[in-house]
Amino acid sequence: MNRAMALMRRLLALLRGDPQADRAVPPTGFTARLTLFTAAAMAFLAVFALALSTATGRLAERWGAELARTATLRLSAPEGQMAAQTATALTILAQTPGVASSHALTPEENRALLEPWFGPDLPVESLPIPQLIEITLEEDGFDATGLRARLQAEVPGAVLDDHTRWRAPLTLAASRLRWLGVLALGLIALSTAAMITLAAQAALAANAQVIRVLRLVGAQDVYIARAFVRRFTLRALWGAMGGTAAGLTALWMLPAADTTEGFLTGLGFRGAGWLWPLLIPPFAAITAFAATRAAALATLRAQS
Amino acid sequence: MQGPARWGGRATAARIEPAGRLRHKEGQAGGQAVIELRQVGMGYGGRRLFAGLDLSLQPGSFHFLTGPSGAGKTTLLKLCYAELRATEGQVMLFGQDTRSMGRDAVALARRRIGVVHQDCQFLDHLPLAENILLPLTVAGRRAEGEVHLPELLAWVGLSRRADALPPELSGGERQRAALARAVITGPEVILADEPTGNIDWDMSQRLLTLLVELNRMGRAVLVATHDLTLIRAAKAQVAARVLRLREGRLLQAGADL
Repeated sequence: MNRAMALMRRLLALLRGDPQADRAVPPTGFTARLTLFTAAAMAFLAVFALALSTATGRLAERWGAELARTATLRLSAPEGQMAAQTATALTILAQTPGVASSHALTPEENRALLEPWFGPDLPVESLPIPQLIEITLEEDGFDATGLRARLQAEVPGAVLDDHTRWRAPLTLAASRLRWLGVLALGLIALSTAAMITLAAQAALAANAQVIRVLRLVGAQDVYIARAFVRRFTLRALWGAMGGTAAGLTALWMLPAADTTEGFLTGLGFRGAGWLWPLLIPPFAAITAFAATRAAALATLRAQS
Repeated sequence: MQGPARWGGRATAARIEPAGRLRHKEGQAGGQAVIELRQVGMGYGGRRLFAGLDLSLQPGSFHFLTGPSGAGKTTLLKLCYAELRATEGQVMLFGQDTRSMGRDAVALARRRIGVVHQDCQFLDHLPLAENILLPLTVAGRRAEGEVHLPELLAWVGLSRRADALPPELSGGERQRAALARAVITGPEVILADEPTGNIDWDMSQRLLTLLVELNRMGRAVLVATHDLTLIRAAKAQVAARVLRLREGRLLQAGADL
């Protein structure tokens, strides 16, 4: 607790700064611009990586939940027997434990289902389309093997699809996408640290004479490092704030997400999820603080 | 320039002196040396500059270090404030062996040493006043320096140049500013490397007077110079020892000086 308080005090002191100490190191143009640009660009990308990660997380949950709670019965029967077999199948389903409801799709629903592939004028009534029965399951699920056995005996043309073979790869893909998003965030953080380290090293090298003078008048390494660390931390913070704002604006301008629409339109945040990107600027500042401090102290050690 | 007496003599010096720092009064010798070199040797790239060198700077002492160009005067001074590390022997700063001192310990020791560098070593982007306050700024004691800065600037005759940037200053102004920066912390020892190298005789005399005044306040002073006229002028004002660095040895200069 005490250590956390001490760290907090140090961070606040760093942000508050010492104007006189800051002035000891002259501002260096290109490293300032490089740090600002890098932090802004990385924050922009981080917003999208975060959005990707949360969107795929939602998608995985949605796919998993939806597919897990439904099953489909496909019924093929000779002409004239379809209605009877459908009624039998519905009766069996109504008697099956774990089945909440079942619904035989009407020709209109079949047409709507096929419309994306064949257009709106498909004469489904004249086509040998199997009868589809949509099954909604209770939370605990049902005994698919037992149901298959009974259907085989009483409705030989019925094929039960419990969606297992669809659900597993879809949720796996979504889960991997989510981790790719997290990995992208990690890579962005590492790249930010690397770029800021390089910029800090360039600034330190450009100010070798300033550092020499500061040392000659009795400045300790921490004092010299602090002037650079504060400068780079604030630049990273400002840059990341700009990049995050730009990223959020770009996301906000994407078409509104809808559960029935595709994945890309779902790329974004929901509700309190919009607060997640607000963590990016402080995270960028902490990354810059750690990277610059390590670079500064290493360079000062090497220069001594 | 108002001259050292106008700057305030004892009273002002006592005000800028950190509490408990000055242990020896004017002209007092003896006690622990502030800087001591014991059998020190130094070599550069296979060339041996000097060896077996002994030097002890007592509080209140005044030394001149002379010798031909390239003899190692600047190197010896750099050893005295640990910018360089001796290749042989011991360099003691305030009783501590520099071989066992880390960078932070060296930085703290340097706050007790005022150095007037040959090339002054200013931060060119900061005004003169900021440069003079720099040793106190890095030590977190800037406020106490700001109180006495006008007086100190007047002492070195730079009151009107406080806002000038170092590149805008003349050689003499830079040397005086370097001296002001060297003394602002109330150091126990002042090391000056060719402080009159770039200035005319009149200005040299003024600088010398400042150094003598500081010595009378109890500071140990070591001035590296090849200016024999300056040494003769100083000997008329203060009991200065003259050391000659020649062919790698440090010798007491003869009465000809």
